[in-house]
Amino acid sequence: MSEVKLSYTISGDDFTRAGEASGDVKSKLKVLGVSPDIVRKVSIALYEGEINMVIHAHGGTIDVTISETEITMVLADRGPGIENVELAMQAGYSTASENVRALGFGAGMGLPNMKKYSDEMSIDTRLGEGTTVTMKVFLQ
Amino acid sequence: MTVENLYNAEGLKTVCPGDSAKEITGVYCCDMLSVAMSKAPAGACWVTVVSNLNTLAVASLTDCACVIIAGGVAVGEDVRAKAESEGISVFTSEEPVFETALKVHEIL
Repeated sequence: MSEVKLSYTISGDDFTRAGEASGDVKSKLKVLGVSPDIVRKVSIALYEGEINMVIHAHGGTIDVTISETEITMVLADRGPGIENVELAMQAGYSTASENVRALGFGAGMGLPNMKKYSDEMSIDTRLGEGTTVTMKVFLQ
Repeated sequence: MTVENLYNAEGLKTVCPGDSAKEITGVYCCDMLSVAMSKAPAGACWVTVVSNLNTLAVASLTDCACVIIAGGVAVGEDVRAKAESEGISVFTSEEPVFETALKVHEIL
């Protein structure tokens, strides 16, 4: 199988469309015959990332590459950056607003879920410039 | 049991029938979407008071069999229309989350 590349633009603050990119990746992985366990891992990790971009970073871009051995997800935004990554990685820590919490988000599980459901994750963040999160899920 | 068994269940109103043949494997209750995202088992009947488009996104990504919006919370037209287009079964219940979940559990 040659590599499959998927790209999405995520609009900021548009909660009605949040999850569309993750949903599309999920259905493409299913068509490609990827096992349900892996599809679930990718769906959760990507959805959390997508929601984070909507809540915190005024949107951004998601690039997904599916190769024979791994799925690589690169989520890049030009948001405010993460002030304290260690704190943000802590389950239950959230800086989401009351409005966002009223929608059912802001449990402080976004980054912890992304870490838990991906096999590798790295965060490159710069205050005032933006954040790029790269996640990998291995197929074998 | 399948989603079809809930169509005429006492206390439930069908907002969107979805796929009647979907197997329900258990009942799951949660109102935080991020928690539901990582914990809702595939095939679950998910009972929640959160009634918005993101609820449907989480239900779809986690392969929930159906969603019940409990506690008398209304389902907006946007949510109903999205459920229709995505083929997600959605019900409402006037009873609180626990009582609603218990009822489904009893007919499982």
